[in-house]
Amino acid sequence: MFDLDRWREIFQSINKNRLRSVMSGFTVAFAILLFTLLFGIVSGLSNTFKGAFVDDAQNAMFIRVWKTSKPYKGLQTGRRIQLKNKDYNYVTEEYANKIQYQSARIYKNFAIKYKSNASNYRVMAVNPDHQFLEKTMIDEGRYMNERDLNEAAKVIVIGRLIKKDLFGERPALGKRVNVNGSSYLIIGVFSDDGGDNEERKAYIPLTTAQRMYGNNDYVSQIALGYNPNLSLTEAVTFGNRLERDLRNKLNIHPDDQSALSVRNMAEANKGIGQFMGILYAIVIIVGSGTLVAGIIGISNIMIFVIKERTKEFGIRKALGAKPLSIVSMVVQESVLITTLAGYLGLSLGTYILSLIGNSLEEKYFIKDPSVSPSIVIVATLVLILSGLIAAYVPAKKAANIKPIEALRAD
Amino acid sequence: MIKIEKLHKSYPIGKDSLHVLKGIDLHIKEGEFVSIMGSSGSGKSTLLNIVGLLDVHDEGNYFLNGQLIKNMNEKKAALLRNKFLGFIFQSFNLISYKTALENVALPLYYKGISRKERLKTALDYLEKVGLKDWANHLPNELSGGQKQRVAIARALVTKPKVVLADEPTGALDSTTTDSVMDLLKDINNEGMTVFVITHEEEVAEQTKRVVRLKDGLIISDEITAVGKSKAV
Repeated sequence: MFDLDRWREIFQSINKNRLRSVMSGFTVAFAILLFTLLFGIVSGLSNTFKGAFVDDAQNAMFIRVWKTSKPYKGLQTGRRIQLKNKDYNYVTEEYANKIQYQSARIYKNFAIKYKSNASNYRVMAVNPDHQFLEKTMIDEGRYMNERDLNEAAKVIVIGRLIKKDLFGERPALGKRVNVNGSSYLIIGVFSDDGGDNEERKAYIPLTTAQRMYGNNDYVSQIALGYNPNLSLTEAVTFGNRLERDLRNKLNIHPDDQSALSVRNMAEANKGIGQFMGILYAIVIIVGSGTLVAGIIGISNIMIFVIKERTKEFGIRKALGAKPLSIVSMVVQESVLITTLAGYLGLSLGTYILSLIGNSLEEKYFIKDPSVSPSIVIVATLVLILSGLIAAYVPAKKAANIKPIEALRAD
Repeated sequence: MIKIEKLHKSYPIGKDSLHVLKGIDLHIKEGEFVSIMGSSGSGKSTLLNIVGLLDVHDEGNYFLNGQLIKNMNEKKAALLRNKFLGFIFQSFNLISYKTALENVALPLYYKGISRKERLKTALDYLEKVGLKDWANHLPNELSGGQKQRVAIARALVTKPKVVLADEPTGALDSTTTDSVMDLLKDINNEGMTVFVITHEEEVAEQTKRVVRLKDGLIISDEITAVGKSKAV
């Protein structure tokens, strides 16, 4: 297979006909470069969309309430809906098999103070499951547990940036902070991929908040993680049913989005999935078009090159070259050029994408654009194959010209 | 060495066909030095192309080295050309991007000889035609006479049975014509069959046998003065 003499012939031919080789190489390199950039940019867009939802669990659902916007069963518009512990427990009991995690939420804004440092932060009162719904990552210590909840313990889990604000580099775990006038024990420090705002939050047990601030059983929001065994469609159905049941239970008009709504990540995921599918389909069409244009480019050049070399082939045949040796010489040359040029375009494209990195994230929603190895392999195979065909067809034709006619060619 | 019986060849021109060779009978024995003479259109180039397996005949028989040439495919023809035939063309037909040495070595490449040996043999033949010092020059750095001598070295490098020369001096002046003819004579003296096509009387006179063609037929076939003197 490896014939040193053959390669020597090919390198000589490439070397002595640099312009031609560079031209055909350029066509391919350029096509692959565009292809790579296109794919990379779309994958960057896709990363941004996926990244927009890393804050919360993929299977999260949030039940929110506000004022009614429609009268129902004799009740006025503008009635303030309030979720309570019994609603929370109703969801738990009704849908146990469809729920993986469940947590209530109460939102508060409190000043947190340590020694002379103080600042206002969002404090959320939650259940232990909330850690998984919010994808809270514990850096030090622990999250709250059922015992904290049962005892309505005055414990707090603070965000990484709160620790930085109040403690700087000093340890925070085990220290006591003043939250809205009461002393809380720091049991954990967390980080969150959702951004700086998420890391300037603190979590306290739900029961503690209910007892300390109002002494009631009110709940601001109910967060759920649906059972991951449900399909997207099943999860969407579950969300809709939950919405309907709760509206019915709380005497809300069945279509009143304002009074009670369920934000379901399953719906968002389904939408993103479809959107990205369409985007990728467009890229595949446009990208293949670019590749095809490159292939046509190299085919044109090969036809020209082979026409130009017809006389040389005639000479070679008169000297005893078999048609096959001429065809394989030309094909190998073409495949070599397309492969090298293809890799050049690919590396250049990958390099440009790596330069872009996250710099376009703010303005153009392109995050960490890159091409996957499988696409690289497929594109390379397409190139080698196209180089092969682009050269084979005209070379075969040229090699079959009678030597006397080939010699007459100019 | 070459035996041709009732050879016919026509070329299609539109719907008609041009009958170029109209029944040629020719027998060339090993070691002969034959020239074919004729005006343009007489069919002499066509004859040489058929003898050189660069073209195929329509009718008649052609034996090369006792082998009947029939239904040749390109692969078989390439093998026979490489083994038995050496070509010298009017326009030299050197490969422009290869040096003189590489041009001469090329037929040996197709014979499957190792690179080291190829280049050594090629250099020997370049020395033989007096161009050893020009081995690493490209064809466009050589004069017409030098190019033709490179082409002759290339034709000889495989030690063919027959050297076919199509107007080898057609593009050369009289001095270089003489040096090329001297080379061909030397080749013939070494026992190789040489088959020259020419329309120059001075060239034909230096061969041993002259065959004259007219309108696709042989009109005369004579031993020249040189041929007679050698025969004696």
